[in-house]
Amino acid sequence: MKAKHQRLILAAVALCGVGGAGVLAASALRDEAAYFRTPAEVQAGKTEVGEAMRLGGMVAAGSIRHQPDGVTIRFVATDGKASIPVEYKGIVPDLFAENSGMVADGRMRADGIFVADRILAKHDERYMPPQMGDMPKAMKAAPKA
Amino acid sequence: MHAYANPTRFLAIARPLTPWLLWLGLAFLLAGAWAGLTVVPGEAKQGETARILYVHVPAAWLGMGGWTSLALAGLVQLVWRHPLAGIAARAIAVPGMLFTALCLATGSIWGKPTWGTWWEWDGRMTSMLVLLFLYAGFVALTTGDESERQGGTLSRGAAIYALVGAINIPIINRSVVWWNSLHQGPSITMRGSSIDGSLLWPLGLTLAGFSLLFGAIVLMRMRRIIADNRVAARLRRLADDEGTEF
Repeated sequence: MKAKHQRLILAAVALCGVGGAGVLAASALRDEAAYFRTPAEVQAGKTEVGEAMRLGGMVAAGSIRHQPDGVTIRFVATDGKASIPVEYKGIVPDLFAENSGMVADGRMRADGIFVADRILAKHDERYMPPQMGDMPKAMKAAPKA
Repeated sequence: MHAYANPTRFLAIARPLTPWLLWLGLAFLLAGAWAGLTVVPGEAKQGETARILYVHVPAAWLGMGGWTSLALAGLVQLVWRHPLAGIAARAIAVPGMLFTALCLATGSIWGKPTWGTWWEWDGRMTSMLVLLFLYAGFVALTTGDESERQGGTLSRGAAIYALVGAINIPIINRSVVWWNSLHQGPSITMRGSSIDGSLLWPLGLTLAGFSLLFGAIVLMRMRRIIADNRVAARLRRLADDEGTEF
């Protein structure tokens, strides 16, 4: 066996080892490296009341309610499987809207409401030109009249 | 492959190729910038801020593609001992680092109006920052005295470092799939694009432009490293000759 083949095999074995270690580390981090928890995870009892955490989900359609004090809003965060009511006092980002993703920093209160100290809007991977953004899906598929 | 490992033969190709890559790249960039800034409409929800994708996405791909080719060059240098591969790896490091920094900067500028924050420690952003640090480490490992000692190519340590660092590339790519993150999922996949066609096409122009520019920079830097080595070798010979005269 030539020295060059020996080095190739050595490099291949070392790469497989490093790759394997990386995959193991990544899968071990699966829960720890998550940026937020979903409503389903929260409802499954993975969090305690008062524990600082991030909650991420869609803002349910028609759920945003402005409270009488003028600065507090309430809405429902959902992931399709579970829903958590959220209360937030402050200014939300421009892209915060119903049927759109959001991430909230805060903690669960004993009454089951998530109290947020900060809200970020999450953008999804779809990019649409303005005239198509508001159209329902069925209309987008239809040919232009 | 061996044919191009000869620096003289490489230079015969690289010299005329460099201006082509450079000017063609700049032409594509100009066309892409014009199209991305004036021709296409703003995005439905984000408005004008979405236009930054024409810089952000090529920068991200070139930052990651840069390390992938750097690691491959490290492997070729390690196994086949091609000095040109090590020179290529060193030439890629700086533009790769620059594009990674550009990706982080444009992402941050986009994140503030879109998400409401400049920076969050989510999987995608953190792994991309790690890539920037990997590049910085590689540059520190391979410049200055170390480069001269290695005759412009890589030490074994630097080549191994390049290979080990490559583990970060699939992590960056999968970070938005494995872990829920603030950064959105991939828009462009094997199955197609979730960026509407009317907004997508300038990305092809800027991607081609930045890639050609990247190629031109790598060729220029490789030629410079080879020239530096020749100067160093000639100076050594001169010094030796003088030594024998006296």
